[in-house]
Amino acid sequence: MTARLTEAGAPGGTAVEALIPAMSEICGADGVLSDPLQLATYECDGLTSHRCSPGLVVLPTTAEQVAAVVAACARAKIPFVARGSGTGLSGGALPRADGVLIVTSKMRRIIAIDAASRRAIVEPGVTNLSVSKAAEPYGLFYAPDPSSQVVCSVGGNVAENSGGAHCLKHGFTVHHVTGLQIVTPDGELTWLGDGTGAAPGYDLVGAFTGSEGTLGIVTKIIVKLTRIPEAVTTLLAAFAAMGAGGAAVSAIIGSGILPGAIEMMDALAIEAAEAAVACRYPEGAGAVLIVELDGPAGDVERETAAVRAICEGEGAYEIRAAHDAAERAAIWTGRKSAFAAVGRISPAYIVQDGVVPRTALGEVLDRIAELSAASGIRVANVFHAGDGNLHPLVLFDDATPGAEAAAEVVSGQILDLCIEHGGSITGEHGVGMDKSRYMPKMFGPGDLDTMQLLRCAFDPAGLCNPGKIFPTPRLCGEVPGVRREPHPLVASGQVDQF
Amino acid sequence: MLPGVLSSACPEVRAAGPDDLVAGVAPRFVARPASVDEAAAVMRAAADEGLAVLPRGSGTRLAWGCPPARCDLVIDTRDLNQVLEHAAGDLVVRVQAGVGLDALAATLARAGQRLALDPPAAQPPSPHHGGPAANGSGAGTIGGLLATGVAGPLRLRYGTPRDLAIGITVVRADGTVASSGGKVVKNVAGYDLGKLFAGSYGTLGLIVAAAFRLHPLPAATAFVTLEVPDADAAQAAVAAAAQSPLAPSAAEIDRPSRGAPVRVGVLLEGDPEGVAERCARLTGLLGDGAAASPRPPAWWGRGAAAEPDGTVIRIGFWAGALAHVLAAVDAAASDAGLDPLVGGSAAAGVIHAAVGQDAPAPAAAVARFVDGLRAALRGPSVAPAAAAELAGAVSRPSRLGWAAGASPPPAVSAPPAVSAPPAPPATAPSPADAPPSWASAVVLHAPAEVRAGVDPWGPVPSLGLMRAVKAQFDPEHRMAPGRFAGGI
Repeated sequence: MTARLTEAGAPGGTAVEALIPAMSEICGADGVLSDPLQLATYECDGLTSHRCSPGLVVLPTTAEQVAAVVAACARAKIPFVARGSGTGLSGGALPRADGVLIVTSKMRRIIAIDAASRRAIVEPGVTNLSVSKAAEPYGLFYAPDPSSQVVCSVGGNVAENSGGAHCLKHGFTVHHVTGLQIVTPDGELTWLGDGTGAAPGYDLVGAFTGSEGTLGIVTKIIVKLTRIPEAVTTLLAAFAAMGAGGAAVSAIIGSGILPGAIEMMDALAIEAAEAAVACRYPEGAGAVLIVELDGPAGDVERETAAVRAICEGEGAYEIRAAHDAAERAAIWTGRKSAFAAVGRISPAYIVQDGVVPRTALGEVLDRIAELSAASGIRVANVFHAGDGNLHPLVLFDDATPGAEAAAEVVSGQILDLCIEHGGSITGEHGVGMDKSRYMPKMFGPGDLDTMQLLRCAFDPAGLCNPGKIFPTPRLCGEVPGVRREPHPLVASGQVDQF
Repeated sequence: MLPGVLSSACPEVRAAGPDDLVAGVAPRFVARPASVDEAAAVMRAAADEGLAVLPRGSGTRLAWGCPPARCDLVIDTRDLNQVLEHAAGDLVVRVQAGVGLDALAATLARAGQRLALDPPAAQPPSPHHGGPAANGSGAGTIGGLLATGVAGPLRLRYGTPRDLAIGITVVRADGTVASSGGKVVKNVAGYDLGKLFAGSYGTLGLIVAAAFRLHPLPAATAFVTLEVPDADAAQAAVAAAAQSPLAPSAAEIDRPSRGAPVRVGVLLEGDPEGVAERCARLTGLLGDGAAASPRPPAWWGRGAAAEPDGTVIRIGFWAGALAHVLAAVDAAASDAGLDPLVGGSAAAGVIHAAVGQDAPAPAAAVARFVDGLRAALRGPSVAPAAAAELAGAVSRPSRLGWAAGASPPPAVSAPPAVSAPPAPPATAPSPADAPPSWASAVVLHAPAEVRAGVDPWGPVPSLGLMRAVKAQFDPEHRMAPGRFAGGI
């Protein structure tokens, strides 16, 4: 970790400190933090294994302030990193010692809700769940629902293209964002898209969403709102073994039913959840499946019966159904607490996030079990089974020398398995600081070079969240291809060179 | 005279002929690569020779956009025609760019699946409109679908090509082959170049392959149709369907001429029992005159967007402003002495207007119409209604929704009366909080004499960033130069 810290932020405090007066001018004295103790509270996001105290923290309250802060950084050639609620799990908001951390959590106005158009305009610090709460009186909700939705911010969701348990049916953040006001890395305020999803020009809204804070800082978001489903049913099915649960998942999808969510937990994850929150899942389960169906009442009723029959056919020995919010919460308790609950059965753990094609789930889970057996390192499996998004929790004792390194090895081998099966190194947590070293395993040099063309278009100076996503930054000065004489139209004065 | 580097790059290279015109511009050569390697070699050869390149699939929408400022080499993608992988269990397909949408649909249907995009099956434009005469017809290719970003009625539920593409492979202007995304639906590794290339009109590079999320073919479909007297009633009907809990897959309008009744059509899909149930509920909800049929009405998917000739304008707007947008169309058209065919995905906020499709319309009148429409779309009437005003929608569901027309039948629950905190006391967004516009009008295609007097794209937000992107991907401006917004 030490090596990475040095890389992320060489000593350079003085240049950042020189910005304090300008930043105080922009954000007010109470909008600038420079006390080491205060700075330390921002040293990591949800990925606590990477830490670095920022050189300076600013807390702007308006888009114009963000623009002024970024412009000041750009002029001084000081790197900057945006942060929302700091719940990210890949170190995407890891600060730099030589840079400014721009925290958007004070920008939390819900600017407008247009129920007739099913759209809302919000500021980046607004929490995910509060958008749905504000839309609820209109019979609408904001569909992407990362498990941290009580605290995570919409701005952070845009940066990470966040998913959630229900993205199987309802899609990710990128499917629900139709306009963005951003501050470009040189400090200019501009709009991408107009809220319609049909604005002329390149789809920069789509390209920006999921860029992990490397293309600019979002200051307003136009989101789509979705009709609250008429009916929701949640089923919990217990199986003796993972194989049977996996077969049920395939059979459900194969039947043409598209549930809102299909979640699965293995015996070790159930044991942890039981210890932490006494979720009272059926005893002796080798796997539990949570299937949530939403939609028109009649459809949900029939789909519930069909899913029940499929689960029974695949050997489920107990099935519970929830029809109201309280029963539903009881079923979800275990699943939602799973990550934290693992702390009850292990002093430390790594949360992994990988994706495999759904049909490869069974084989990959077997291989994870083999890795676990061979290394003696326990792995609890919690996953979004419907879209093949695995969250293996690799357990270790941080008091044992070398245990973390050994767990890291197993964790990395799981990602290798995902790549080998045609999947991805991250389904929703992002690449950030944590996984940039795996990018060359998933993408070739030409792929990575081409992605960075986009980076160079937005941030040629490389000041905007540098060091994230890509293991090797592209020098934006080197233009691909061979330079030739000017374009004939430019030469003839008919058009400008763009 | 064929440059030697071209013929050594790809066996299928020829001199261009009269059928190869691109919006009236004559290319010099046509290459037809049969593999990604050949495509990359052709692109490298074009870079060596400094040739301006224009990708072409079946030519269905080749007349869209501006005519290229230069066009030396057309790359015909139709021999990149392999379905690389159809993972039916994963509901994913990987295809090469030249695969036809009709052929792909047939392949997927054998597994009970579909790519849930239904662009209008446009006929190629007549030769006098500047298009290739008979390169192809029907729905077009995967590459063309992505490059134009075209979508049909299903966009309400499934979005546009950018929403269903999960991976893309392109050849850059310098011949570099690059991929992003992959073949799993959930994936946030790296930038999503598929979003950037969707709707880029060939200006960033050559799309050679893509992967898509698929959906099951619905076991049953039903169309609930209704004819209403005017724009307000059309908006009320569309809103009632879109804001109902009945999960419509599409909600379309069609109006043959100004003052004519507006036809409204709503598509329901799913299992037979569910569709029958929802169909009955929706018919009741829409009130007198609503009728249901398992077959689409004659105008479905054949409205303004599908007109091969004349001028077709795509209007994007906030769905709640439908009546105001129709009023803006009418005012501008009336002022220009035109009577457009109007229709499209009203609930999704995208409609089309067509003029001069049967008999040529005067170019000056079309230009006046487009300018007048754009001016009206910049006005306050299309801005989103203030939440404060809409707060009344809770008890009195909406002036546009439940309360309009017939009262909803008891089987349909109104949006739940909930114990949630009251909606924030928002007002209409101030200009500082609002995007520069709430709506746009893009001329998709037009006869040459119309194009000469109209900027097809109109004002484009963030044009500076778009130019920067173009400059990175195609620094020599050889990819479909001048085709796109802002002269890109």
